[in-house]
Amino acid sequence: MSAPPATHGLLAAADPSLATHLATHGPLSGQVDLVALAERAGLVGRGGAGFPTARKLRAVADAARATRTTPVVVANGSEGEPAAFKDAVLLSRAPHLVAEGLHLAAAAVGADSVVLAVGPGQAAEVGRQLAGRPDRSPIRVVPVAGHFLAGEETALVGAVDGGLPLPRGKVPPVWQRGVQGRPTLVHNVETLARLALLARGDRSAAGRTLVTRHTATVDVVEVPLGARLGDVLPVPAGVQAVLVGGYHGSWLPAAVAADVRLDRDGLASVGASLGAGVLAALSADRCGVRETARVVGYLAASSAGQCGPCLNGLPRIAAALGLLARPGGAPAARARLLQDVARWSGLVVGRGACAHPDGTVRLVASALRVFGGELAAHAAGWCTGAPPTPAFLPVPTVGAAA
Amino acid sequence: MSERLRVDPIGCQGHGVCAELLPERIALDEWGYPLLAAGDLPAGLRREARRAVAACPARALHLTGTPAGPVLRALQRLPRQHTGNTQDQRPQSAS
Ligand SMILES: Cc1cc2nc3c(=O)[nH]c(=O)nc-3n(C[C@H](O)[C@H](O)[C@H](O)COP(=O)(O)O)c2cc1C
Ligand code: SF4
Ligand code: SF4
Repeated sequence: MSAPPATHGLLAAADPSLATHLATHGPLSGQVDLVALAERAGLVGRGGAGFPTARKLRAVADAARATRTTPVVVANGSEGEPAAFKDAVLLSRAPHLVAEGLHLAAAAVGADSVVLAVGPGQAAEVGRQLAGRPDRSPIRVVPVAGHFLAGEETALVGAVDGGLPLPRGKVPPVWQRGVQGRPTLVHNVETLARLALLARGDRSAAGRTLVTRHTATVDVVEVPLGARLGDVLPVPAGVQAVLVGGYHGSWLPAAVAADVRLDRDGLASVGASLGAGVLAALSADRCGVRETARVVGYLAASSAGQCGPCLNGLPRIAAALGLLARPGGAPAARARLLQDVARWSGLVVGRGACAHPDGTVRLVASALRVFGGELAAHAAGWCTGAPPTPAFLPVPTVGAAA
Repeated sequence: MSERLRVDPIGCQGHGVCAELLPERIALDEWGYPLLAAGDLPAGLRREARRAVAACPARALHLTGTPAGPVLRALQRLPRQHTGNTQDQRPQSAS
């Protein structure tokens, strides 16, 4: 055997052209057993749920065989999470890795059509970059609305089929009935790009991940899984808490966050997960309750309003958090608000057609755990980060379309 | 074969007929949406359950004979402490 191939990160190419891509990563070798590669490397999806890629590939291939239909592969680059930029950066820097991953996955499950769903602002540029590819079946680039739910896989399938990007429920799952009713493999664009590196023999590709870091600035970097979080994200003394995962993620106190191992088990041990790869360090001069209340207001407004518990619960939870985020108020009223939030949280978990209520409640529960001191300060009539302190986490306004 | 109740959360309009017809298994939350008791439907309630399914004006209540397969269950993995739209979670009281 020759020496193991050199490792090139997902963002190693200097520009997004095909020539630079090939010069950086080399050509794809011929036949690979993608399922076995993904399985051996332990690759899990980077779209938020962390589902094992090999199992999903197998499920789609089996469903297609059982129903004698030809499956479809969809790359999910919609990235509805406002604090995440990793997929946008990946698509702008390495579109050909994503394209190769799409074709590899299509070959592995026997698909004949490949779709790349991207946010509305990126479709034209990505389409232009991919136009010169020598593939047998061209990639259909589909722009999808840039709202929070658009990237949920059943919503994405709806959008690819020309409908509204709304979740439609998990039964039947998209790997059985997705695009055009066919078994559909939906993978995050980063997952697919990692398949393109694995297929080149880069065994370590599954052991790294893209993260969007929010400190005083925002950037996207590729980091090794299993690293100490404090080595990946600077957590200096002036940081009070870290948001891990994104707006469906969890707050961790800075002291806990700094030493946690950035992988599935390490994060799970403190009740967090990698989610959409967001790491945001909240400095001590800001109010975590206020930040969370703004985000939850956005999440509630993003609900598709299709399911009773989500439609009724999320706005109430958001309104109560909004009140708790303000200093002052009678102690009994504040205590009642906290009880309401706990009860409503219990009433929305597991009762939506998608995981949006569950993720929202996860964030709320972590905020109430981590920002207990701030809540006590509010009860005493005082807030750490009251206006005019500018907001930290990005929160778009939700248009009427959502 | 054991059977389970399932609510389609998008279809359900919160009419509450189901809770009236099958109070042994279905309670309503404070907004009028059904909360299902955990676990399989006891055999003795099959007739009543069928009646509730048939009476749902939104056709959002279902009896499913086959529990979700392992991949589906993993994809649907949720925090387990509350009653959900499937009965794979432990119950949570309505108030
Ligand atoms: C509310 C919601 C929003 C989601 N948004 C995205 C998204 O923007 N991009 C994405 O890749 N996955 C998103 N997902 C996860 C997808 O449903 C799906 O699990 C994922 O694309 C599968 O890819 P993976 O196996 O590569 O992780 C979202 C899930 C939920 C519940
Ligand atoms: S759970 Fe909420 S966001 Fe998800 S489909 Fe139902 S109403 Fe929409
Ligand atoms: S009868 Fe049907 S629509 Fe009414 S609450 Fe029960 S499941 Fe929902």
